[in-house]
Amino acid sequence: MKKELIRLDHVSKSYDGQMILDDLSLVIHENEFVTLLGPSGCGKTTTLRIIGGFEKPDSGKVIFDGEDITDLAPNKRQLNTVFQKYALFTHMDVADNIAFGLKIKNKPQSYIDDKIRYALKLVNLEGFENRMPESLSGGQQQRIAIARAIVNEPKVLLLDEPLGALDLKMRQDMQYELIRLKNELGITFIYVTHDQEEALTMSDHIIVMNQGYIQQEGSPEDIYNEPENAFVADFIGDSNLMRATFLRDGMVRILDTDFPCVDKGFGDMKPVDVVIRPEDVELVPRGEGQMPGTVSHVIFKGVHYELEVMAGGFEWLVHTTKYFEVGTEVDIRVDPFNIQVMNRPASEDEEAISPEDEPSAIQA
Amino acid sequence: MEKSRKAIVLQSSPYLVWSILFIIVPLFMVLYYGLTDAEGNFTLANIAAIAQPEQAKAFGLALALALAATAICFLLAYPLAMILARGRAGERGLVTTLFLLPMWMNFLLRTFAWMTILEDGGVLNGILTSLGLPAAHIINTSGAIIIGMVYNFLPFMILPLYNALASIDENVINAARDLGATAAQTFFRVILPLSVPGILSGITMVFIPSLTTFAISTLLGGSKILLIGNIIEQEFTLSYDWNLGSGLSLVLMVFVIINIVISGITDRKEEAHR
Repeated sequence: MKKELIRLDHVSKSYDGQMILDDLSLVIHENEFVTLLGPSGCGKTTTLRIIGGFEKPDSGKVIFDGEDITDLAPNKRQLNTVFQKYALFTHMDVADNIAFGLKIKNKPQSYIDDKIRYALKLVNLEGFENRMPESLSGGQQQRIAIARAIVNEPKVLLLDEPLGALDLKMRQDMQYELIRLKNELGITFIYVTHDQEEALTMSDHIIVMNQGYIQQEGSPEDIYNEPENAFVADFIGDSNLMRATFLRDGMVRILDTDFPCVDKGFGDMKPVDVVIRPEDVELVPRGEGQMPGTVSHVIFKGVHYELEVMAGGFEWLVHTTKYFEVGTEVDIRVDPFNIQVMNRPASEDEEAISPEDEPSAIQA
Repeated sequence: MEKSRKAIVLQSSPYLVWSILFIIVPLFMVLYYGLTDAEGNFTLANIAAIAQPEQAKAFGLALALALAATAICFLLAYPLAMILARGRAGERGLVTTLFLLPMWMNFLLRTFAWMTILEDGGVLNGILTSLGLPAAHIINTSGAIIIGMVYNFLPFMILPLYNALASIDENVINAARDLGATAAQTFFRVILPLSVPGILSGITMVFIPSLTTFAISTLLGGSKILLIGNIIEQEFTLSYDWNLGSGLSLVLMVFVIINIVISGITDRKEEAHR
């Protein structure tokens, strides 16, 4: 078990009477890449700002390395932040930007020079010392922002949607850069994003948040393969999210068809949500599967085809490498272990599909 | 293409006529009068007159008072602009209203109000004596003129400072704190340098009208204190020596242009950064 580094203890925060975080508790371990993932307004950025010291929680504690830092000013905390829009000092050149924290700490010039060189090498921008921030591209500015943070040797690097302003190609490159950096530095990264792909690619540990609550936390594989509720299933990846009835252990009724499943313990004849990933839906010749359907849409996506199949009154989202003509009559088959059964959320806050919604394919 | 060009000329014609009639022509008239004598012969005497004792003294005093007023405006306006730029919405509204309210009154009225406040038997001295303090002689001193300048021109300092400070990303300030800077270090190393364009245009907006004013010095300085603005005014209205008045105006204009050029250069640098 890794050593505990940061603990949020029953933290609540509201603005103008609106609850942003409600009794949130979480633990972050040393040398982990942790992602706070959720839609805008879910409280992920507020959580990060509380850890960074830019917000004070209304109640609850922030524990860092065993010490209560709830009331500690940001400049006294052993962590550094990479901000959303780089937040570089535009009146200083790259070297002065990177040296800012070290000069504040009165480090000797030779030490500072070494650090600047080291940091620029780390972010692949050697020779950029005398450039002004505004002459750099977005990706380069973000690397400088990272260099500026890490020369201070923080125990934790906080990253607030750092790739949000970059284009797709640059974003993908930077994802790999960040993983490499994290491994080279051996420190904890706490990363905030609304982009589920980013989260799945980079994280050791994902915390999915919505409306101020933690919906689920776990490894990327856990989150993707075994979402605990409809919100997580819907938010992470494409999915076929449906209401269903749990008949008994090992059997669930979806769209009036009984499907064998591997889940147990939801009770008999209980309303549940089920999620089936589009790549887990098999299309087989008519008569060989569990439910008859008709292909209604085909889109070529490069690696696979994305199909919509009308079956049981529901538009199923299906990913397949085989081409099907629109109008083809097929059967749908789902392996028992590919059906993820979830409790229907008790509180409205956690509700992802509202009661009025008829079951429909929800694409995250 | 040709048509759209015509349309542009047509659309801007009222403005062109306006600027030719009321800006360009008067400027050339000042230039003409300034460089000629009463008979219309070319001379530099009107400009050289700035070196004569009376004019030089008035010019020096105007420079000194304008500098003092600008410095005081800066010191008052900066914290205010900070509150405006960083404060909560409620605070912002109140402060803005408080500062804009007097601006809706006529400039001369406002200055007259200061006369009644600063007079020897005026409001201020009334308060001082009722508190048992000695009365102060303020009216008709340089101090009174500085007060008048500061009061009238303060908003012109606040506005550009506010614009500069409000355009600093909150996260840039957070970043400085995050990197270990105290509140004071953040101010001197980040906020102040980033607000330099606003500081320069604020200085221009206060310094130039202060340097050239004659109304404030006439009302609050009595007839005892003459600024270069007063001298120029008198040449036009009392001595009817338009040539000398224009010559001295040209000298002032050089200062104005220098000031504008300096802030223009920094603006362009700022622009290039962006």
